Amino acid sequence: MISVKNLFKSFGSFKAVDDLSFDIKPGDVVGFLGPNGAGKSTTMKMLTGFLAPTRGDIRIFDLDFNSQPKAIKKMIGYLPEGAPAYGDMTPLQFLNFIAQIRGYSGSEKQTRIQSVIQQVELQEVLDKPIDNLSKGFKRRVGLAQALIHDPQILILDEPTDGLDPNQKHQVRALIKNLAKDKIVIISTHILEEVSAVCNRVMIIAKGKLLFSGTPDELNRQSRFYGAVTLSFSYKADISELAELEGVAEMVVDPDNGNVTLIPEPNKHILHLVTAHVQRCKLPVDSLFVEQGRLDDVFREITQAEAQKEQVDIHEEQIDTQKEIAQ
Amino acid sequence: MSNVMILLKREFASFFATPVAYVFIGIFLILSAVFAFFIGSLYERGQADLLPFFNFHPWLYLFLVPAMAMRTWSEERKSGSIELLMTLPISTWQAMLAKHLAAWLVLGLALVLTFPLWITVNYLGNPDNGIILAAYLGSWFMAGAFLAIGICMSAMTKNQVIAFILSVVVCFLFVVSGSNIVLDAFKNWAPSLVIDTIASFSFLTHFEAMAKGVIALNDLGYFLLVTLSWLFAGLLIIEQKKAD
Repeated sequence: MISVKNLFKSFGSFKAVDDLSFDIKPGDVVGFLGPNGAGKSTTMKMLTGFLAPTRGDIRIFDLDFNSQPKAIKKMIGYLPEGAPAYGDMTPLQFLNFIAQIRGYSGSEKQTRIQSVIQQVELQEVLDKPIDNLSKGFKRRVGLAQALIHDPQILILDEPTDGLDPNQKHQVRALIKNLAKDKIVIISTHILEEVSAVCNRVMIIAKGKLLFSGTPDELNRQSRFYGAVTLSFSYKADISELAELEGVAEMVVDPDNGNVTLIPEPNKHILHLVTAHVQRCKLPVDSLFVEQGRLDDVFREITQAEAQKEQVDIHEEQIDTQKEIAQ
Repeated sequence: MSNVMILLKREFASFFATPVAYVFIGIFLILSAVFAFFIGSLYERGQADLLPFFNFHPWLYLFLVPAMAMRTWSEERKSGSIELLMTLPISTWQAMLAKHLAAWLVLGLALVLTFPLWITVNYLGNPDNGIILAAYLGSWFMAGAFLAIGICMSAMTKNQVIAFILSVVVCFLFVVSGSNIVLDAFKNWAPSLVIDTIASFSFLTHFEAMAKGVIALNDLGYFLLVTLSWLFAGLLIIEQKKAD
C-alpha cells in the first residue's frame, strides 16, 4: 500500500509536483501518463526515496523514509529514467553486484540471477560490457536489476522507451505476468501502453493529478467512445446516416472519405447503423466500433486550449460535409 | 559480506576494468623515479635512504590524486547511476567510504610497486628500513587525505574537469599552507597563534616528519581527521543535492 498525501516538490521557483495525493493498493498496475516535464519522474524519485519531498507525506506499507529508509528500499525495485548502469561492468557482473547488495549469497544468489536473466532474455550479452550494448539490452539490464529481489513494489520509469515493437511487447508481457499481489507503477507517454498493461491510469500535468481511473473510464471520456467508423468502396449518399437516432454528429475524413458517427452519450448506435446500411444498400467495405481515442482524451485533459482548436476543426469539417451533402 | 565490502569490490574492479588504475600506477611509478633520481639526486647523494623519493610525493599527489578522484561521484551524476546507487538499501556513508577505500587501495598498490627502489637502496647500502616503512605509511595516509578532498569536489559537480581543477586548487592550498610563501604573508601582522594554526594545516609539515621516520600519532591522526572531514563534507553535499 502506497499512500501519498499533499505531496509538493519544487526546484527553486519551479513547482515540479504540486499537491499530489493518491493511494495505490497491491494488485494495482498504475500508469503515470503525462507530457514531458509533467512531474512523473520527480514523483517516482520521491516514491523511491531518491528525492525528499519539499512538503507532504509518503507512506509505504505504513513506513516512512525518515524513520526506515532501508526497510522501504528493500521492498522497491526501481528502473530509473534512461536505465543507468555501471557501463564498465558486464550484465553478469552488474547483476551479481546488485544481488549481493540486496543481501543474497551462494546458491540463492545464483538462482535469482539466472531467473531474471531468463525473464528478460539477456543470455546472449552476459559477457559484454554494458557500455557496448544496444539501447534495448541496456533497458533490459535495468529491468533485470529491478526485478532481482522479487520486490513488492516495482517502479519503472519509461520501461519501453527506445525498444523495438517486439521488445515492447515482451516487456509488457513481463509486467503483466508479475504476481498479482504486487504494486507496479510505470510512467510512459505512449498511450496504447496504458490500455495494454495497466489497470489504473493517472494523468499528471504540471505537477497536478488531472485524472485517476481505469483505462476504460479514460476511454469513456472520449467522444469517440462507441463511435462507428465506416469506409466505402465508392461515393454514396451518406447524409441520412447523420439523421439516425442517437447519432450526435458525423465526421468525414477528408483524405479517404471514411465516415465516423459519434453517438450521444451512453447510446449504442451500431445496430441502427448496420440496419441503415442494409436498408439503403450502402457500399460499405468495412465497419468498426471505436474504443475511444486516447490521444484526444489525453490532449483534452492536459491542455484545454488545444482541445478547443480541435473542436473547431471538427466543426468546420462537419459544416463542409453538410454543404457537400446538400 | 557487508555493504561497504561489496561496494568496495565493485569500485576497485572498475578501476581495473577501465585504464584508470593502469595509467595512474604507470605514471606514478615513472614520475616518482624520475623525480627521485634526476631532481632529487638519489644516487649522487651517496646516502642509503629514500628521502629524495618521498620528498616529491606531495607534489606528485597534487596532480595525480585529483585526476583519480574526479570521476568518483561526477561520473555517477553524469550517467544517472547515482539514482540507482542511492535507491539500493545502503547508506550514503557506506557508498562514500567504499569509494574512498577502493581508490586508496589503488594508491597503496602504486606505493607497493615502488619496491624496486627500496631493493636498490638495500643493495647499495644499509638504510634504516624502519624509517622507510614509516615514510611509506605517512605517504599513504597523505594520499588518503588528498583523495578525500578530490572525492568531495567530485561530489559537487557532474563535470569531471571542474572537479579536477577545484580539487587541485584545494589540495594546493593544503600543501603550501606551511611553506614560507604563505607564512611570510602573515608573519608581519598576524599573531603567532594564527601562523601556527595555518602552518599546522599543512600537509608538508606533517609529512616531512614522517618522511624522516617519526611516526607521531598526531601526524597520522591529522591525515585521518582531514580525510574523514572531507568525506563527511562530501556526504553532506550528496545528501543536499542528489538530483543535479
